[in-house]
Amino acid sequence: MNKKHWIVFSILGLFILACKKDIPIKEEIEKFLGFQKPINFPEPEYKFANNPVTKAGFELGRALFYEPRLSRNNTITCGSCHIQSSAFTQHGHDVSHGIEDRLGTRNSPPIMNLAWSKAFMWGGGVYDLDLQPIVPITTHEEMDENLDNVLKKIKAVPKYTAMFKSAFGTEEVTTARFMKALSQFMLMCVSSNSKYDKVMRKEAGVTFTADEQEGYTLFKQKCASCHSEPLFTDGSFRNNGLGISAINDQGFYAATLISTDKYKFKVPSLRNLQYTAPYMHDGRFLSLAGVLEHYNSEVQQTPNLDPLLKQANRLGIALTQNDQVKLTAFLVTLNDPDFINNTLLSEQ
Amino acid sequence: MFGGIKILMNNIMNTYIKRLTTTLLFTTTLILTACSKKSDPTPEFQEKNLAPLSIEFDNIVGDRTLTFNNTGSLYKNAAGEQFSISRLQYFISNIKVTTTQGNTYAVNQDSSYFLIQGDDKATRFARVKVPEGDYTSLTFTLGVDSLRSTMPIDKRTGVLDPAANGGHDGGGMYWGWNSGYIFFKFEGNSGVITDDANGDPTGKKQFKYHIGFFGGYSAPTLNNIKVINVDLKTAGIAKVRKDRQSNIHLFVDVMKVFNGKNSFKIVEYPNVMFGDFTAKIAANFAEMFRHDHTEN
Repeated sequence: MNKKHWIVFSILGLFILACKKDIPIKEEIEKFLGFQKPINFPEPEYKFANNPVTKAGFELGRALFYEPRLSRNNTITCGSCHIQSSAFTQHGHDVSHGIEDRLGTRNSPPIMNLAWSKAFMWGGGVYDLDLQPIVPITTHEEMDENLDNVLKKIKAVPKYTAMFKSAFGTEEVTTARFMKALSQFMLMCVSSNSKYDKVMRKEAGVTFTADEQEGYTLFKQKCASCHSEPLFTDGSFRNNGLGISAINDQGFYAATLISTDKYKFKVPSLRNLQYTAPYMHDGRFLSLAGVLEHYNSEVQQTPNLDPLLKQANRLGIALTQNDQVKLTAFLVTLNDPDFINNTLLSEQ
Repeated sequence: MFGGIKILMNNIMNTYIKRLTTTLLFTTTLILTACSKKSDPTPEFQEKNLAPLSIEFDNIVGDRTLTFNNTGSLYKNAAGEQFSISRLQYFISNIKVTTTQGNTYAVNQDSSYFLIQGDDKATRFARVKVPEGDYTSLTFTLGVDSLRSTMPIDKRTGVLDPAANGGHDGGGMYWGWNSGYIFFKFEGNSGVITDDANGDPTGKKQFKYHIGFFGGYSAPTLNNIKVINVDLKTAGIAKVRKDRQSNIHLFVDVMKVFNGKNSFKIVEYPNVMFGDFTAKIAANFAEMFRHDHTEN
């Protein structure tokens, strides 16, 4: 074998190696598993029978989620206020920052585990995921567009013609198909790979540290009645004793007009807190420490304050400095780096 | 002489022909009358024996016809406030009819949602199919029933498509942030409206009444769905037959929005979209509908 042969063989070998690397990655991409319920999660609320998640439907939904044509002047996408690296919130913004630099009144909530949600928005009013995107699309401070126009714009883009066809059988763009595709993408935004989940699923070698374990015990005593496991929210609307805001946002009441709903907001999940600051419906707390201190000493007696926050005539939940340290250690175990780094959910 | 006889004969003949004509005409009329009577017995009520029926929603404003942007000749409500109208549209659904014998027929839900748009005359008819029969009463819903308001997205087609007619600032009737439909949308302008936050800060002096709310998905909310019953006996029953187009002609007097039992002033309530006052306005809806006549 002379030198030339060696070179040829080496190059061939390189190709083979390169190919070998490529093959498993391709297979992984091609094997789309659809929606998978994590084994430590309950049955979802979303009616999948009416909209089964398919690869083509999910991909269409993902394209639409990152599509600026959903906004009036084609500048804003869903992903503008729901950024994956911030667990699909708008990191650093107390209230959402929409079209033409307009500011909303509420903090952009995470697109996360929505398959288990019974109600949407901080103040309710929407009870079907398939109808939720109409709100940000039509809200003046968000995308300021109307659905009819969005569909017209989408129909005019050739890539969508093919995508609608592979997702739904024909090229027709209807409201139902558009909304269902968006739902398929959002339903796939499942966060279930935090350390907490691995401990609960007894995955090999994953255990809580002593601090985390103490924090978990404290959590179950002091927080879990509203932030119930494993979603870390019970999905209810409650008044957690925040001082009434300057704009007097009355929360759930605006949707129901029932006076006992005044100042109630949806209980948010505690998953991925590391990525989702600031906190509360109006993003008033910049840090977790600020939130814990609120519950410890700043809860106010406003109308419809949740009874759990006023027991034995004491407002709030007593949390010593040590409690706060331990609780924080536990809350950190709810962060899910796989979720914010999952390329399947990223803009392609 | 012969000439005289001829004239006489002619006269006799003429009289005879005239009589004959009269007799023939009379007989024909009799036969025709008999025929029409014979072909128009009340048909037996059979659910599958469907024939066309239309209900015409003829929008009026008090004693006047409806004209849009009537700035040259304003309408005036009972409180003496002058106004013009720029938009009027509402949902009619769940049409039901009852015969003299008490047989009731509800139109299939999938064919029973109509959006009446004041500026589009073609939309003023709700066209349905009901069994042949003589109907003495009509029932429909002003609005969209709660069942349909909570239906999956696939069922929301046609006038119920959330994308229909553009956004809710325009002709759209779907409410996103508080999921549901606007049942009744009535907009216009009045000089009495102030330019501050209690009126129209844009200075356009617009009034907007967007009345919706079906009772809520899970938590109960206001229910402004109104079921309207119309007695057809006084102004003419609907004789629904396959070979005809029976049309129940209703007047819809939007002046009753202001002048109904819960009368109010535009200046005090220029914008009513969501709040307890929507229920006060919705309570005026039944008075708007008046049966004028039926074309059979």
